[in-house]
Amino acid sequence: MIKVTRLLCAAFVMHAGAAFADETAPDKVMFEDFAVQASLSGQAGDPTEGAKVFKDRGLGNCLACHENAGMKGDLFHGTVGPAVDGVAERWEPAQLRAIVSDAKQVFGEETVMPGFYSLKVGKNVAKDLVGKTILSAQQVEDVVAYLATLKE
Amino acid sequence: MRHSLAIVGLGMMVAALQMPLTAQADPVDDALVIDDIEMVTRTKAPEGHPLDEVRSGWLYREAETRELEADSFQNPGMLYVEQGADIWNRVEGPEGKSCASCHNDAAETMKGVGANYPKWDADAKRPINIELQVDKCRVENMGLEAYKFDAAEQKALTTYIKNQSLGEPVKLDLSQGELQSWWDQGKELYYTRTGQLNFACASCHEANSGQYIRADHLSQGQANGFPVYRLKQADMVSLHNRFRGCIRDTRAETPKAFSDELMALEVYVTWRGTGLSVETPSVRQ
Repeated sequence: MIKVTRLLCAAFVMHAGAAFADETAPDKVMFEDFAVQASLSGQAGDPTEGAKVFKDRGLGNCLACHENAGMKGDLFHGTVGPAVDGVAERWEPAQLRAIVSDAKQVFGEETVMPGFYSLKVGKNVAKDLVGKTILSAQQVEDVVAYLATLKE
Repeated sequence: MRHSLAIVGLGMMVAALQMPLTAQADPVDDALVIDDIEMVTRTKAPEGHPLDEVRSGWLYREAETRELEADSFQNPGMLYVEQGADIWNRVEGPEGKSCASCHNDAAETMKGVGANYPKWDADAKRPINIELQVDKCRVENMGLEAYKFDAAEQKALTTYIKNQSLGEPVKLDLSQGELQSWWDQGKELYYTRTGQLNFACASCHEANSGQYIRADHLSQGQANGFPVYRLKQADMVSLHNRFRGCIRDTRAETPKAFSDELMALEVYVTWRGTGLSVETPSVRQ
């Protein structure tokens, strides 16, 4: 029930463009030393939800570009980005949050990785997506919580 | 903090160089022979090209898909070539003409033609591709209306005309009219990131060709095989349809077919495949 409530809240935020008291708006995310310290939603992330967002083609679709040994049951892992195996050994959660939110803040403008919680997007965004982020603040937190479990 | 800035720096360097940490799946080293004609599927890039070698998308497909294209009796696109031949010879409209009334046997008069389009249209003062050239004939000489974009007959006739250049190397004459400035605009668009996902054509087809996005082995995005028979759609797919599909997939609004933007892009993308054989109808996944 808690999960359902949270999803509904996330949906409300996305549609209304309003923010939770504790939620950070996409243009207010603080990048410091290639990291974002505070939770974007003000809540902890749920790694189980994060795994779903990671593989869902309509949400993170992270598997499209990143191999993941923990998801061998899913066919066709992409190779555009590095494999995420052991990613928690290489990055702190705050760094993972920065990378998922807006990878260009960490790797530079040239990276092809989309900013999943950023409004700095390409030209001519589809009308129904203007002003919207790919993932909600909580979905980013869930993905970060999931990635933080990937140790070798 | 456990991780030093050096690690962050390394991450930045890797991203900047576009060097994947995983193995890159190379395109196959195989020869494509269709109806005893050897296709040029790899060739040295023309001067000013960002890549050293231009490669046909055929090299990036699965073995079964490659075989399907190599065998004209199996290639589903050949059915559209046959339909196109019927349309070519069919009298239509108030002037009582067919394409053949003026252009006779396409095997002779259209040979090599498809390899040199888009050309400059001095009347319209913009580039013209095969589809628009057909429309121009229909309106000016046959008393007919232009085809609706992607009408079945438009795709079949375009496929038929391009097929007459099978094996001919793609070569544009950019000195015609203002074609060079359209090439410039097309190049600009090729590198412009669009949509919520923030991808340019170059993001996938230049920086990451050879990599996989899920099951899709990214090619250089060459135009030499269009219209292509696409297994995913079980139909012929025109170049502008694919342009629109790619742009839509970046989560952007899509330009109209044959709009200035997409004509500029056709000029530039076709040029990027200079020297590759026309493979129409190619087979892709």
